[in-house]
Amino acid sequence: MSDKNNSVRPELVEGWIDVCSINDLIPNSGICALVEQQQVAIFYMPEDNAIYAINNYDPFSNINVLSRGLIGDIKGEPMVSSPIYKQHFSLKTGVCLDDESVKVNAYAIRIEGDRVEVNLEEAA
Amino acid sequence: MSNTQTLIVIGNGMVGQNFLVSLTASDIKDNFNIITFCEEAIPAYDRVHLSEYFAGKSADELSLVEEGFFDNNNITIHMGDKAVSINRDNKTVTSDKGLVIAYDKLVLATGSSAFVPPIPGHDRDGCIPYRTIEDLDQMMTAAKDSKVGAVFGGGLLGLEAAKALQDLNLETHVVQFAPRLMAAQLDDGGALLLKQKIEDLGVSVLTSKNTTQIVDGETCKHKMIFADGGELETDMILYSAGIRPRDEIASACGLKIADRGGVVIDNQCLTSDDDIYAIGECASWNDQIFGLVAPGYAMARTVVDQLAGGDEKFTGADMSTKLKLNGVDVASIGDPHATAPGSLVYTYQNGVDGVYKRIVVSQDNKHLLGAVLVGDASGYPTLLQYYLNGIDLPEHPDSLILPSRSDESVGLGPDALPSGAQICSCYDVSKGDICTSIENGCTTLGALKDETKAATGCGGCAALLKSVLDCELEKAGMEVNTDICEHFPYTRQDLYNLIMVEEIKSFSELLDKHGSGKGCEICKQAVGSILASYWNEYVLKNEHIGLQDTNDTFLANVQKDGTYSVVPRMTGGEVSPEGLIAIGQIAKKYGLYTKVTGGQRVDMFGARVDQLPLIWQELIDAGFESGHAYGKSLRTVKSCVGSTWCRFGVDDSVGLAVELENRYKGLRAPHKIKFAVSGCTRECAEAQSKDIGVIAVEGGWNLYVCGNGGMKPRHGDLFATNLDKETLIKYIDRVLTFYVRTADRLQRTSVWMENMEGGLDYLKSVVIDDKLAICDQLETQMEHVVKTYQCEWKTTIEDENKLKRFRHFVNSDSKDENIVFVEERGQIRPANIEERELAQAENA
Ligand code: SRM
Ligand SMILES: Cc1cc2nc3c(=O)[nH]c(=O)nc-3n(C[C@H](O)[C@H](O)[C@H](O)COP(=O)(O)OP(=O)(O)OC[C@H]3O[C@@H](n4cnc5c(N)ncnc54)[C@H](O)[C@@H]3O)c2cc1C
Ligand code: SF4
Ligand code: FES
Repeated sequence: MSDKNNSVRPELVEGWIDVCSINDLIPNSGICALVEQQQVAIFYMPEDNAIYAINNYDPFSNINVLSRGLIGDIKGEPMVSSPIYKQHFSLKTGVCLDDESVKVNAYAIRIEGDRVEVNLEEAA
Repeated sequence: MSNTQTLIVIGNGMVGQNFLVSLTASDIKDNFNIITFCEEAIPAYDRVHLSEYFAGKSADELSLVEEGFFDNNNITIHMGDKAVSINRDNKTVTSDKGLVIAYDKLVLATGSSAFVPPIPGHDRDGCIPYRTIEDLDQMMTAAKDSKVGAVFGGGLLGLEAAKALQDLNLETHVVQFAPRLMAAQLDDGGALLLKQKIEDLGVSVLTSKNTTQIVDGETCKHKMIFADGGELETDMILYSAGIRPRDEIASACGLKIADRGGVVIDNQCLTSDDDIYAIGECASWNDQIFGLVAPGYAMARTVVDQLAGGDEKFTGADMSTKLKLNGVDVASIGDPHATAPGSLVYTYQNGVDGVYKRIVVSQDNKHLLGAVLVGDASGYPTLLQYYLNGIDLPEHPDSLILPSRSDESVGLGPDALPSGAQICSCYDVSKGDICTSIENGCTTLGALKDETKAATGCGGCAALLKSVLDCELEKAGMEVNTDICEHFPYTRQDLYNLIMVEEIKSFSELLDKHGSGKGCEICKQAVGSILASYWNEYVLKNEHIGLQDTNDTFLANVQKDGTYSVVPRMTGGEVSPEGLIAIGQIAKKYGLYTKVTGGQRVDMFGARVDQLPLIWQELIDAGFESGHAYGKSLRTVKSCVGSTWCRFGVDDSVGLAVELENRYKGLRAPHKIKFAVSGCTRECAEAQSKDIGVIAVEGGWNLYVCGNGGMKPRHGDLFATNLDKETLIKYIDRVLTFYVRTADRLQRTSVWMENMEGGLDYLKSVVIDDKLAICDQLETQMEHVVKTYQCEWKTTIEDENKLKRFRHFVNSDSKDENIVFVEERGQIRPANIEERELAQAENA
């Protein structure tokens, strides 16, 4: 699977929801969107032309803050570090890299024109 | 294997469990079908740290048994079942619940019980031994309707029990039979000082008291009656006057028992029956019972080795001890009573600081035989090594206990220790073992602990372990990995120099030139901080925003519920009535919790991200600025009221504090920086506990540096005296810039100083004598920071684009439903999870 730009995803898949404009994205950082009552953390890495979506809920501190963590990579795996207790979560799968028994949902996300779309049904 | 033998272990206490762990980790584990009886309701737990149960440690946290241990190792454990008899002819064990199991080998690990005096009334309600978790549960119940508690016994454990009673808020008495506390370990002088210190903690100490009976009390539930006619009224009694080995089933089956109790064992830990071993506190070796856990572990190791056909021997154990009770340091080594013929004694007594030290040395003044330390036990590890390893004493042995008045240290470097020196007594790890592991690649403390288990028991040897590690690494010239993280093969200091020399202005430029990957929270924050220290640009500039963790991103401190706190600057702790009113009004309007901080200003808690700009707009309108409580930067300059109002004030401490805070505000550093200024040597501003401390004296200002009040308090070092203001500021500029340039990430000035080669003298030579000829640079750099200061909140509020970030949802004005407050003492606080769920259910 390519971890590059998700906008190459086939149009055919159902369930894409319009979330925000690409101008709302903050390069190398995160924002949070409300998608059908789910809090979705969205991260943008312009150098890689990559965009990721995972659930905003931090299972270690039990609060909605993952979108406010620092992002980067651990051994090549793109990750966000929780701003509260610093655990790392894979941006691709939502799996916690420090404790693989813990996972948050990861969602499919893509850019269509100048809009950002999330698909809650399809895991990224 | 077909010839598996059945091995039964009676008792699953600390030593029994340690034996099982060693056995299952050994090569012979498959030779045995292992069965153990556990009388208590829960499997082995850490009795040594039992008293922490009062401080909130749970039974789970005290457990010594890893999850799945018994299952994974095919050990059958009979919980809550006690072995009641042994038939040595048939080689069977019978249990309370009626099991009869045949054994090939038997290990007794039945431990001991607290000694309860056989006097009339000893078993009245609320008279409890101090040994098991169950005892502690009973104590807590009894304490609920008690006001006064007494401990029977003034030894090590008795004093620990007294602390437990105090923690339960009881008026506490220690009743000691002997004429002094800790009679076995201390001499008269040491014991007397200890008594004073224990009394200073509010515990009454009665010595030479022979309790003859316990009867109904008049003002309390019980009355202890003493042989000398005295009496003591108390609601509960804890027995902690020594231990009695649990040798009952051993003696019933005819095993040899020592005169003073305990199952007799030889050097192989064998009892008088060749198939039965005894280990731990139930065993008597050479007529000695060892009431400590380390000797028990050594016995367990011996038996595992014996079973494997080895020839390891148990040859006794050292009983030196160190104790810390509410901050009273006590330690005893070897023979403190100087019983060896011709032994010499040195004593140091300091009535002012409450310190007593005594060493006992051999007739030829060469070897340490014993020691007692009360009030300051910092010399314990060094003295213990002299004692255990028979190292030659320095020419004047008293230098080991006299306070060092110069900078030279008389400590024994780890290099001086022979390779057989025992570093960790809990797990019997020698310096040689540690060096081997280091050579095999354990070059961090964590790896060493995993590999050797050293420092994972009582933890008392951790400092020594670290110094051995450091010393060995240094000696081997071994590469210690100091890379900041996987993305940069450099230290923070290297990165600082690269940024400075190559004039690098952004993280991506640095990563391109010198790093790899995308970065992580460690390098990004560190580089963000360096760029801010050096260039002092707005931290939320587009190219820097990704380097900020949530506090710097939102210019506020995140709290446990995801809301933020707001701390406006109050230079020197000074605030006008109008300012206070404005803060009060703003807090009220936004429903914030308010508190005066430890840094002399007001903190407002419970603001949602979307409220932060609104709140700050109002604060700025009222004349406030960012307090940088969120940044690794200058926090506060505390002040005392000083000469303006105080009748003792020598100079205007508030004025100077305000000036200093205004000068250095906004300065980003490897860690936070705190200052204080006091108006005279009474030191009401506690300047000596700050990174930078200033005290007014007749001749000018005295400057202290590198103090800390946090995790590991450190008094600041007196750096220069009688300075005029101009010189003072010049020195501070230089010290701070030098710190910013050379410290490690997240290193406070205190730790920076402790790690600096050459220490205070070196720093003085750089800052005062300009030894490196960089003082001009240091001052210029600080001048740049001072000139480019901006209130980050003001800049942010004026920028439409930046404000967009301050929404919880990019696509909705909804609030985060997880943020729920409840009321406490008339203000809000974050709801706990149950309260939160309740509130959400009500809303749904
Ligand atoms: C609010 C305050 C407690 C209070 O209600 O009084 C506080 C609160 C926090 N302190 Fe503190 N400290 C506060 C005064 C202190 C003091 C007292 C002082 O400044 O005189 C100390 C000891 C002095 C010192 O630092 O040497 C102190 C030593 C620490 C430490 C230990 C630092 C160390 O080097 O050992 C930490 C942990 C750290 O920084 O790594 C810490 C960390 C924290 C953090 C940031 C922990 C966190 O990450 O959530 C707390 C959140 C701040 C916030 O606003 O939400 N706080 N903290 C005080 C804010 C002072 C201010 O006005 O800015
Ligand atoms: C409050 C307190 C503080 C202490 N502090 C320290 C310290 O700082 N440093 C130090 O080195 N030591 C300390 N000790 C001593 C240390 O806890 C003991 O040395 C250690 O627990 C001995 O281990 P053991 O296995 O021999 O005995 P125990 O841990 O007592 O275990 C024996 C177990 O066997 C069980 N048992 C007995 N008979 C039978 C039977 N017939 N059938 C089945 N089970 C049976 C008992 O119920 C018990 O669970 C402290 C002790 C206490 C109580
Ligand atoms: S330190 Fe001195 S000047 Fe300042 S308040 Fe205390 S007594 Fe007064
Ligand atoms: S001496 Fe107890 S852990 Fe090392």
